[in-house]
Amino acid sequence: MKKRKIGAVLYITLCFIFLYLPIVVTMFYSFNSSKSLTKFQSFSLRWYQNLFESSDIMNAVWVSLSIAILATFISTVLGTLTSIGLSKNRKILKELVVNVNNVPIMNPDIVTAIGLMILFSAFHLEKGYLTMLLAHIAFCIPYVITSVYPKVRTMDPNLANAAMDLGATPFQALTKVILPMLKEGIFAGVLLAFTMSFDDFVISYFVTGNGVSNISIVVYNMTKRTNPTINALSTIVILVIAITLILVNVIPAIARKRKAVDKK
Amino acid sequence: MKHFRKMIWPYIIWAFVIVVLPLLMIILYSVTKGGNELLNIQFTFDNFKRMTEPIYVDVFVKSFKLGLISVIICLLVGYTLAYLITSFSEKTQSVLILIVTIPMWINTLLRTYAWISLLSDNGLINTILVKLGFEPISMMYTDFAVVLGLVSDLLPFMVIPIYTSLSKMDHSLIEASYDLGANKFKTFWRVTFKLSIPGVLNGVIMTFLLSISTFVIPKLLGGGQYTLIGNLIENQFISIGDWNFGSAISVILAFIILMSITFMKKIDKDEIEEE
Repeated sequence: MKKRKIGAVLYITLCFIFLYLPIVVTMFYSFNSSKSLTKFQSFSLRWYQNLFESSDIMNAVWVSLSIAILATFISTVLGTLTSIGLSKNRKILKELVVNVNNVPIMNPDIVTAIGLMILFSAFHLEKGYLTMLLAHIAFCIPYVITSVYPKVRTMDPNLANAAMDLGATPFQALTKVILPMLKEGIFAGVLLAFTMSFDDFVISYFVTGNGVSNISIVVYNMTKRTNPTINALSTIVILVIAITLILVNVIPAIARKRKAVDKK
Repeated sequence: MKHFRKMIWPYIIWAFVIVVLPLLMIILYSVTKGGNELLNIQFTFDNFKRMTEPIYVDVFVKSFKLGLISVIICLLVGYTLAYLITSFSEKTQSVLILIVTIPMWINTLLRTYAWISLLSDNGLINTILVKLGFEPISMMYTDFAVVLGLVSDLLPFMVIPIYTSLSKMDHSLIEASYDLGANKFKTFWRVTFKLSIPGVLNGVIMTFLLSISTFVIPKLLGGGQYTLIGNLIENQFISIGDWNFGSAISVILAFIILMSITFMKKIDKDEIEEE
């Protein structure tokens, strides 16, 4: 039994090395004082200084963040309202919306991307920040709906009716009764939408123009030769994402524990 | 709750304009010629006919082959990983799964870029090989580099659904199988594996979909000349400007994926009916 456990640990470790090796190497060499990606000369923050001085990269960070925040906000509001409305509609309409909603999830990104590119050019929309934002909202909403809609279906509809019978306006019923019950689904939707938007390359690449680039596009254009500044950027992005994910997973666990202790 | 019924109309209008309309336009472009002006369109099947030319057929075959190889490697490595993870305590399992998930959230482009520094001719792997007294190997711009990049990108998408169906499994079934005299191999094959098929299919669909339509990984790790379906579409739209032919390729790509999903779903259904 013991022997098998060692084998399992070994295998899992190897897989994790495979998944994390590139990331770790990137982070390590971002602190290298020379341009080399194989010889570590001495510790330096030179590439971080380069990073913050490069207006191209800083603009891209700004574009990525602002688009991710706007797209997440808009798609969460629209997606949540749609999910709530959906459960009360006729079956045909429900199935239609759910199926259309699945299209951007199941369609390859590149097909979604060229579809949007053709659409924007047909409407003579100039490619740039606005088209990128619209495209991001388009592919984020489905993730919000798939996270929120199942929660709406398991919710007891009588609670909202009861609130309104007791004199609450529909708006109050929505904000005070329905939304709190959907909290978890909405939170999952926000997290998914934000990272989908923040990480996107393919769709952004096809629908942007006029020099508007997000982080992915800047990296793509810089990879023609090795550039340690990208390593510095990667390190920051990776740390932010990893810390957020760990917090998201750890905080609820601690909260639960505290509640359990309080009960005692 | 019927007050809220009307709330879906903004989305229905939005989805029609931004999800359905683009698909219709891709189809329209694929069966017409005359470039990007919609006013003077002419219907034609030339775009699809052009795809039977050997260079394009080769691209499809190559994409399929690499996609399939990557999916199979992901399945073998990922299934083992998911299976071994379930042998730990629940607390450890959730930590291990978190470790598998984190790379999924990190930009594919940044992770693929990181592989370049490992694989290049004077990269880390070759430097170590030379130090150990071996000949350096040229790894960048080969099928090997592309498959490696794909597998490291897609592995989590395979592990998560398989782990989900394995961890939901009723363990008394395995004990029952042993009690009824089945050996380890038979129990694994006829009970554990069979019950995890929905997860396997989900993982296979996800990884196949992502690998066959990729264009970043072949471009970065395969080099500028390396062409898979995704690169072909990108070229038509970005460099050549033949949107009609590009749309026709996309229609075929979407069709292949739709057929594969339908096929997988059918296997899933047949399996359940067999029970």
